Amino acid sequence: MVGGWRLAVGGSKTATTRDGAVASRQPPTANRQLPPGIRSWTDGRVLSEAAHQYQLIVIGCSKGGMSAMEQIFGALPAEFPVPIVAAQHRHRTSAGALPDFLRRQSKLNVVDATDKQWIQPGNVYLAPADYHLLVDRGGELSLSVDAAVAYSRPSIDVLFESAADAYHARTIAVVLTGANADGARGAKRIKERGGFVVVQDPQTAEAPEMPTAAIAATRVDRILPLNRIGPFLVELCRNSA
Amino acid sequence: MANEPAAILDEQAKADLEQIEVRLLTEGIYQHYGFDFRDYSLPSLRRRIWKRVYAEGLSTIAGLIEKVLHDPQSMERLLLDLSINTTAMFRDPTFYLAFRRKVVPMLRTYPFVRIWHAGCSTGEEVYSMAILLQEEGLYDRCRIYATDINEAVLQKAKSGIFPLSTMQENTSNYITAGGTGTFSDYYTARYDYAIFRPSLRENVVFAQHNLVTDASFNLFNVIFCRNVLIYFNNALQERVQQLFLQSMEMFGILGLGKKESIKYTGVADAYEELDAEERMYRRVR
Repeated sequence: MVGGWRLAVGGSKTATTRDGAVASRQPPTANRQLPPGIRSWTDGRVLSEAAHQYQLIVIGCSKGGMSAMEQIFGALPAEFPVPIVAAQHRHRTSAGALPDFLRRQSKLNVVDATDKQWIQPGNVYLAPADYHLLVDRGGELSLSVDAAVAYSRPSIDVLFESAADAYHARTIAVVLTGANADGARGAKRIKERGGFVVVQDPQTAEAPEMPTAAIAATRVDRILPLNRIGPFLVELCRNSA
Repeated sequence: MANEPAAILDEQAKADLEQIEVRLLTEGIYQHYGFDFRDYSLPSLRRRIWKRVYAEGLSTIAGLIEKVLHDPQSMERLLLDLSINTTAMFRDPTFYLAFRRKVVPMLRTYPFVRIWHAGCSTGEEVYSMAILLQEEGLYDRCRIYATDINEAVLQKAKSGIFPLSTMQENTSNYITAGGTGTFSDYYTARYDYAIFRPSLRENVVFAQHNLVTDASFNLFNVIFCRNVLIYFNNALQERVQQLFLQSMEMFGILGLGKKESIKYTGVADAYEELDAEERMYRRVR
């Protein structure tokens, strides 16, 4: 079996190779300064995963997603090093109101994605209404009008699966509030490819179905209340430049 | 990358192998059948290929290579997967509204109007434009060339028969798009289908044309190519934009999909923005 990342007790990260050997990486022990505005490490223990270099964060949400994203993006600094690509289920005629609103609440530049746009840090790219949004290995966005997946276009699974295929273990997926199971299959694929999956604690979600389905589909790395997801991402990405 | 655990390297090797398989598949299809998918955008191409791999009961893309090269019928099925774009009548209604307001007055001054609808798929947007032009009293002096790579899709477009279940969305789009009549007057409902008036395709020529390998075949006053280029990589998008420019009359109109742009292509200087939001451009040089 080809193992993915496994978090061992005590926080050191191990990965099992094909021949059974175990590669491990020491957790960072140096004293680190807390980023401004963050009072404590988000989960009370050393985040060994933060030694990893992440290149992309994908976010999926549906019902209640706008205010959930508002809270997360509001917690990220302007110099946040990892670009974000997000798919929220939205009405097919929804226009610029969503990115405009989120941009005002965030230090990051929130935009509706354009086809073949380069993915760059400091930006949040939203899946446009009535398009699937995918990411490519070369670091660009790609749109599609293929049929809706599970009644959804944009589909969170389509975005997550493309990220798993293109960015593998350098992907962080975040599954937020939503009233259906979209994103669960994609989260599973991201785990299979060695990526990191954070899920909003269903108890803090306006609609718990989406995070619940993701938790059921795969062994997720963290289940966090909404207000801790932003600070956690800051911590997780602090070595990803 | 240095210090990567073996499991991750393994994933990368798998992804590299998959990319090789995709390349072999598209190269084989090109050499054997002449369809050129080699410069299609990888994320969507890969998704569509895997869909066909599973539908054929296979487990690898390499398996699909053997299948499609030796079984033309499975190639036809793959071709459908690779070329059908799901659309709706008056998709992006505001695009049609802008066309009515900004382009139609200009077209009125022309004695004859040639329109190329490139990559028309199952034809929903062709019928939409025909309805709009009829309502504006322009249809009789228009000829619409509706082309697609896929013959089976064109047959569907020619039939003018669409699922009745989509008519609710189509009707609401029609109204938002500035329709001046009653949408249900344009079709007859029969069982689960809506059969559109044959008069709508009187001035439409449906023809097979491959944007990737075929040349320009006429000069046009209007070219629509909406949500087709998103399936192409940058190099191919550039080539197709050059093809459109060669096929465009001076002051002709180019209409793209809502999230497509000519901004980063070599033809950007040849056009001015007629409606930036709707991605409508006018050739000025």
